[in-house]
Amino acid sequence: MAQTGSPSDRHADRPLSPHLQVYRLTFTFLMSGFHRVTGTLLYFGIVIFVWWLVAAASSPAYFDFVNALFGSWFGRLVLLGMTWLTIHHALGGIRHFIWDTGLGLDERERELLARLTMIGSAALTLLVWILAYLVRGG
Amino acid sequence: MSMRTPLGTVRGLGSAKDGTGHFWLQRLTSIASLVLTIFAFALAISLVGEPHAVVAARLGSPFIAVALLATIFAYAYHMQLGMQVIIEDYVQGELARVLALAGNIFFCFAVALFSAFAVLKLGFGG
Repeated sequence: MAQTGSPSDRHADRPLSPHLQVYRLTFTFLMSGFHRVTGTLLYFGIVIFVWWLVAAASSPAYFDFVNALFGSWFGRLVLLGMTWLTIHHALGGIRHFIWDTGLGLDERERELLARLTMIGSAALTLLVWILAYLVRGG
Repeated sequence: MSMRTPLGTVRGLGSAKDGTGHFWLQRLTSIASLVLTIFAFALAISLVGEPHAVVAARLGSPFIAVALLATIFAYAYHMQLGMQVIIEDYVQGELARVLALAGNIFFCFAVALFSAFAVLKLGFGG
């Protein structure tokens, strides 16, 4: 009988080695998964950025329309979310760079890095938005 | 029906000749994205509340346009690499996986091309 599918698919009905369900949910585990989640949301969220660039290149009227959408309370909420996702993913990336050198891998350091990513992303997001509002006011 | 294990069927065929390419490019594009994101945030803050003429002129000025193009390409490449890993981990079945991997590349190309066209249009005089 002809074989179909790749070798890895052919025995899909075999039990997999246990993964998600056997591990205790830890903060670092959650943050690791969150790096993928933020990456995926940014992957689709970049369309907002592309839309804005295309609007700027289209016409003043269309740009004003898109800018008004982004400036509405809902638009600002989305942009605030995008800011936080971007900074969170960036700090998560820095964490991976630290790990690439072999540092920061013991338990206390892992916890610390995860906490710093969390607190740092919130603080930097706030900073960016405070700056934006200062520029707008000034 | 073959009795050979999945490992047995691929053993001796050699490596995929890919090596550390994916890992390296993921890091390279992430460093580039990190630096360029700081630039992009500064640019965005400087444009808050500005009218179209100011925005179009600033986005189209040579240094900013080139930095924006670099940002777009770093992001698109990084997106393609990252989503590839997620697809390879979670999408089951040969056909679905190939389609998802191809779709990933098309999407990232579309993001890059639309953005690049917009920036170039502004740069070359709107």
